[in-house]
Formats: sequence, C-alpha cells, structure tokens
Amino acid sequence: MNRLDEIIAMHLADEGALLPILHDVQAEFGYISEEAIVAIALAMNLSRAEVYGVVSFYHDFRSTPDARPVIQLCRAEACQARGVEALLASLPVQNHVRLEAVYCLGLCSVGPNAMVNGTLHARLDGDKFHALVEASL
Amino acid sequence: MTVVRISDDALAVACGADAVAAAFAQAGCTVERVSSWGMHWLEPLVEIDGYGFGPLAPDDVPDVLAGSSAKAIGVIADHPFIAGQQRITFTRAGRTRPLSLEDYAANGGWLGLERARKIGALTTLAEVTASGLRGRGGAGFPAGIKWQTVANAPAVQKYIVCNADEGDSATFADRMVMEGDPFMLIEGMAIAALAVGSTRGYVYIRSEYPHAISRMKAAVTACAHVVAPFAVHVRTGAGAYVCGEETALLNSIEGKRGEVRAKPPLPALEGLFGKPTVVNNVLTLAAVPWILAHGAKAYADVGYGRSRGTMPIQLAGNVKYGGLYEIGFGVTLGDLVNRIGGGTASGRPIKAVQVGGPLGAYHPSSDFDLPFDYESFADAGGLIGHAGITIFDDCTDMSAQARFAMQFCAAESCGKCTPCRIGSTRGVELVDRIRHRIPRAPDGVEVLPQMHNARKQPRTVHEDITLLKDLCETMKLGSLCALGGFTPYPVLSALRHWPEDFGLDGTESNAAQEVDHGV
Ligand SMILES: Cc1cc2nc3c(=O)[nH]c(=O)nc-3n(C[C@H](O)[C@H](O)[C@H](O)COP(=O)(O)O)c2cc1C
Ligand code: SF4
Ligand code: FES
Repeated sequence: MNRLDEIIAMHLADEGALLPILHDVQAEFGYISEEAIVAIALAMNLSRAEVYGVVSFYHDFRSTPDARPVIQLCRAEACQARGVEALLASLPVQNHVRLEAVYCLGLCSVGPNAMVNGTLHARLDGDKFHALVEASL
Repeated sequence: MTVVRISDDALAVACGADAVAAAFAQAGCTVERVSSWGMHWLEPLVEIDGYGFGPLAPDDVPDVLAGSSAKAIGVIADHPFIAGQQRITFTRAGRTRPLSLEDYAANGGWLGLERARKIGALTTLAEVTASGLRGRGGAGFPAGIKWQTVANAPAVQKYIVCNADEGDSATFADRMVMEGDPFMLIEGMAIAALAVGSTRGYVYIRSEYPHAISRMKAAVTACAHVVAPFAVHVRTGAGAYVCGEETALLNSIEGKRGEVRAKPPLPALEGLFGKPTVVNNVLTLAAVPWILAHGAKAYADVGYGRSRGTMPIQLAGNVKYGGLYEIGFGVTLGDLVNRIGGGTASGRPIKAVQVGGPLGAYHPSSDFDLPFDYESFADAGGLIGHAGITIFDDCTDMSAQARFAMQFCAAESCGKCTPCRIGSTRGVELVDRIRHRIPRAPDGVEVLPQMHNARKQPRTVHEDITLLKDLCETMKLGSLCALGGFTPYPVLSALRHWPEDFGLDGTESNAAQEVDHGV
C-alpha cells in the first residue's frame, strides 16, 4: 500500500475522518494534490468537489506545492499593539521563505510572536526576527 | 538536592524556559516542569521552595543558586498579582505537573466527578444551574439550561463537544487550561457527560496550538480509565477563525466546510452528526469540577449582577504586567488595565483598550469605571467575549484598527451571508477612502449623459461616513452569526471615540458622533 492509501485507511473508520486525513496528507506531502483528492473522495464516497470544497475552505490546507520553509508570524491585534507591523516592515523583501500571517498564537502578552515548524518564538525584536528568517533558510 | 520548578507551558517555552531548565539540570538541580502561574512578564519564571525568580536566562542560574540573584521576586504566592486573584479555575496553576495524575489527585482533582457520580445526573444538573455558571465562550448562555435541554432530548448517542478554538486575539486562558491542567477539563467534560447521558466527547483545538494538542492527547490517554465509559477524542482545527462558532465547529468535526448553520435546530437538539450535543467553551467546562466539589452556592457567592463566579481575564497587548488574572466579575476595567496591568509596556499613555477580541469594541479611558460583567459591557456598546483585553498606547492609529477589523472579517467570513461576505470587503474600501480622502468618483457608465439619474459628483467624506454607518447597521442586523454581526463594534467604536484618526475635523466628526446610536 502506498503512503497515501495508508493514511486514508488509518482514519477511514473514524467519525468525520476527512479533516484528520487532510491534516496527515498535508503533513506527509506538504500539500494536498489532485491525486490525493481523487483517492480520498473515492475512499470516503464523496464527490471530488466536496473534498476540494473542504480543502479550499481552510487556511491550513494548500492545493499547490511550495517547498519553501514557512514562518508563521502573528499579526493579530495584541501583537499589533506590540509592534508587529513595524517589525515586518523592517524585514528586507524575502522570497526564500514563506511568511504566513496567522491570527493569534495565544502568547498575546509577550508578542510579537512567530511559529516555525511548531516551535514558538516570543518577544521578537528586529534582530531576533531577522535571525529567525536567516536560520530557516 | 534543590528542586527547581519551571513551567513548560507554550508561552514559557517560547520565552526560553527549556534552556533555563537545562541550565538548572546541568547545575545538579532536580527540575520539575509545572504549569504556568500566568505572570507572563516574568517568564521564564522559576520557583525554588516557594520563592520566585524571573524572567531568567541560562546565565542567571549561578546567581539564583548562590542566593544573589537580582531577579528574585520573593514568595510567588504572596506576589500582589497572585494574591489579589480569586483563583477557582486556575487554583492549581503553577503548582502541579500537568500530566501527573498523582499531583492532580493530591490537589483536589476528581472530587467533582466523584460527587457527581454519587448525587446522580439530576442533582448534578441542578447544581450547575444553581451555580449560575454562564458560557465563557462569549455569549454568556447559562450552562445549566443548555445541559438540561440536552438531557431532556431523547437519543441513543449524545455528544459533549469542548470548544477549544480560542481564536480571539488577546486570549490564552483555554490554552493555559489545556497545557497546564488538562485533567480538570476532561473531568468537567465527564461531569457534563454524566449529567446529560453521553459517552462520547470531542475537544476541538485550533491548529495554532500544537502544544495544547499534544498535551490534551496525552492527558486523554492517561486518564481514560478514570472517566470511562466516557471517551474523549481530540480533533485539530485547520486555521479558520469562524470554526469557533459552535455550528461551524460541528461541521468541521463532521469533516465539512466550516460554514455556520442556521438555528434552529439548536445544537442541543440536533448537533454533532444530528445528535443532541453540549457545546461549551474550555473555561465553562473547566469551572464545573470546582462547582461540584465545593457546591453551587460557593461559586454563586462570587461575582456581580447576573454574572456569577470568576472570570479568568487575560491582559495582553501593550501591557506592562501581562498575563492571566482570575477574579470575580465586577472588577472595573480601569483597575484591570492600570492597577493590575500596570499600564503600557512602552510606558506611553494608554489610548484604547479592546475588550473581547477582534469583535469587541475599543474603549477609551472614559470607560474605565465599567464593571467587568456581561450586562455592563453590553449596555456600554461593547462585549466582554472571552475576556481578552488588549491595551494600545497613544501611537496607535485607530482608523487602521477599524480597517483591520473589516479586513479580518473579510478574510475569515464563512461566506454564508451577504452582509458579512461582501460587506466586509466594501467596508475595507470605505475605511480606506475615508482615511485617504479619496472619495468615490462616478465610474465610466455613471458619467454617460444618458444615465440621467446617476450622480456626477464624487462622494463627500460626510457621505462616506454615513455609508459606513449604514453598512455597519446592515452587517449588524443582517448577519447570521457574530462574525459579521459584531465586526461593527470595533469599527464604530474607533470612529466614535477617535474621529481625528480618520482625519475628521469638527463638522465631520459630528457626523461621526451620530454614529453613536448605530451600535
Ligand atoms: C465567529 C465566532 C467565533 C467564536 N469563537 C469561539 C471560540 O473560539 N471559542 C468558544 O468557546 N466560543 C466561540 N464562539 C462562541 C460559540 O459559538 C459558542 O457560543 C460557545 O462555544 C458556546 O459555549 P459556552 O456556552 O460555554 O460559551 C464564537 C462565536 C462566533 C460567532
Ligand atoms: S456572519 Fe459571516 S461568518 Fe457568520 S454566517 Fe454569515 S457569512 Fe458566515
Ligand atoms: S495576538 Fe499575537 S499571539 Fe495572540
């Protein structure tokens, strides 16, 4: 069995299996391909449109590959109040990382904050933020 | 050997707690990783024999062990930030190891569930109702009434769903419960299950909280034998703010797009997979074990007006002493912001305070005497929501904040209804036109001579403001859920209190004042 089928089989018996499957597929392949959508639809007795509709609804799911490293930077109000927009403006244009806006990481008293591969970074200033971008390249 | 206690909550770790813990271990200490006290400006905070030191870096370790650290804060429990609180939900915060069943049982854990099992479903329901506990997710709906509805609904399968989507900026109390005291939440869910007759529960946690997700999964496994036959499953969100809305959340667990459902049917009658379902916020469920263990009256004795019990209030943004402050309802906003929060971190004057997350109003200092409770804030044209408070200093441009509110609504709208889906985008454009003084000019068709009724002049700022007010009114009245319905709160409060930030002079700001009666 290939990895995709394994992931599907692992969750298929669960109630509401679609989101867990999509999370695992994205974690494994970095995005949710056309091929994956077809396979999931077939296994779950859904139409491809239904699966695609779910993929496109959620900000977390991508339907195109992007191999660049991701930095999730919180740009919600409490981090705005602590200067995240100025921090972002201080960064030279960066095409080698995907800088993704997230709305709150739950560390709102110690912002600006970012998450890289599940690791959290708080109290970012210009130097720390630039170092984070450099380090993820 | 010296026992050093350091939090392993996500915030402490983000501030460098792991490196500090490693440095103490290196120095020969026994390190215990506990929950966070909630004094975030002091993280990483270290406790040795009750005495606190923070915020520490690994370099500080020798001084701490030599007793000469300049970062000593004295006995933690006596610190004014802790001593001033009424900790019910966070009674164990800072004191226990989150995944230790021993620590939990030794500090009052499971007493609520034991009592619920003894007194039975009916009396448990009566206790929760009598405690006056209201939903902490924002709407403040009485938990007892919701549970009663589910209990009365006949069904083979019923569900307990814990809403841990905590999407509001400035909120982290749910995260702290899940990371710091996960068994308490599971105990609360188990009591709810017992009261309504359910055997299956879900905790829906946002994907932005990977620490909370893994902690909850571990906790669910560790205490499965205690809560059986009730079984809990952890589900991960996928980055949609609107999935915090209860019906969107149910759709999401079912594996669908997170679109809001029209009510009726109430989720209490037709919820998850069409079955009767209790949907409650983390803090609502987490308060239940204490209520059962100590009795409804002890809980109801604390509070203000119709808001009973305590609220874990979250001080965030540009605040000097940020963190979690649990206290009975009724404390004033000014007390929270100035006395407890210590004003801004930047040291500049406070300009605005947003209460209740992205859908909450911006309050000027003239609102500082408002008591913190559901009704008082509603009467003042605001809301307390999930009790997140964001402080902004005088460098803030409030028209930018108004624009952000509309932009956030546009990005997060589920798309079900037009005022929210389209109105928010039009709102961004309108705020931009007002801010930049670029009134809308007639377009190519409108200027044609045969378009007799089309106006030929550009709109004035006055008209744009009236239009923004109209748009907000439409969003408020025509939206299915609070995302579209409450976005006008931050927008109109910013315009009302800080017209100068929209570049409005005397006469124009009069037009803005009229907005006063809008929301
Ligand atoms: C757009 C939107 C987002 C919401 N987000 C949350 C949330 O993150 N957490 C939460 O508990 N309730 C949230 N709610 C409120 C829920 O719909 C619901 O009222 C709540 O989960 C009920 O639980 P409670 O009675 O314990 O508060 C949100 C509502 C709306 C309209
Ligand atoms: S108000 Fe917005 S988020 Fe709520 S149901 Fe309507 S479109 Fe969806
Ligand atoms: S607002 Fe940035 S972490 Fe919450």
